[in-house]
Amino acid sequence: MVTIDTHSIADEGVYELSVHGEIDASSSIYLETALKEAMQQSKKILIDMSELEYISSAGLGVFMSILQDLENEEIQMVLFNMSEKVIDVFEILGLNLLMNIQPSKEEALAELK
Amino acid sequence: MTHQFKTSCKREKLKDIRHFLTEVLNDIGLSEKESNKVVLAVDEVCANLMIHSNKDNPNENLEVYVQDEGDKIKFEIVDHGEAFDYTHYKEPAIDDIVMSKRRGGLGIMLVKKIMDQVEFKCEKSRNVCCMTKNIDKKK
Repeated sequence: MVTIDTHSIADEGVYELSVHGEIDASSSIYLETALKEAMQQSKKILIDMSELEYISSAGLGVFMSILQDLENEEIQMVLFNMSEKVIDVFEILGLNLLMNIQPSKEEALAELK
Repeated sequence: MTHQFKTSCKREKLKDIRHFLTEVLNDIGLSEKESNKVVLAVDEVCANLMIHSNKDNPNENLEVYVQDEGDKIKFEIVDHGEAFDYTHYKEPAIDDIVMSKRRGGLGIMLVKKIMDQVEFKCEKSRNVCCMTKNIDKKK
């Protein structure tokens, strides 16, 4: 099961999501819904992945499916604080190279300036 | 020794399958990093079988077998749904997935990268996915 908390960082115009738990074929729909909402709310999306314990292709697929829209709509999305085992999964297929993934929130915010 | 786990074709059961696998792989002595990848590969196959072969039918069952053979671990996943035609499986390009905004197509790619051998067999009324992972138990 996955839970996703959202809030805006008003001064920066940034919409932040914090993903907790596990994203698999049963729960990826929640990630998709939260990302679509974020894309409607802001052009700057920050995703805290520190509490994400597991991601399968269903979760990776959700990220891949919005990349084109992010580009078309000029929306910046930065992921940060991924655990080693989660970033490993992105790296197996080289998907980490298609996304902006930063080690810390400070570095992620700096990307959105 | 063979470890086995049987469950219904409900996506919510994937978590239980992962829990079973994590315990078995931990007992076998796989590192957490390696274990996470192997669990992912089996999870991908199980999810595909539940969704595509068994149409999320909770009355259908899935069996997972794990056998420690010392220098390798063998996995068998048995179901009774529609057989997956692996021989005609064509790996999509990542660029095509991104361009077409597809959500699917990455699962089997992950399985092929993680496992050393992958085979889908159809035996009478049952389908068996056999996978082998060569291992180095040094942590």
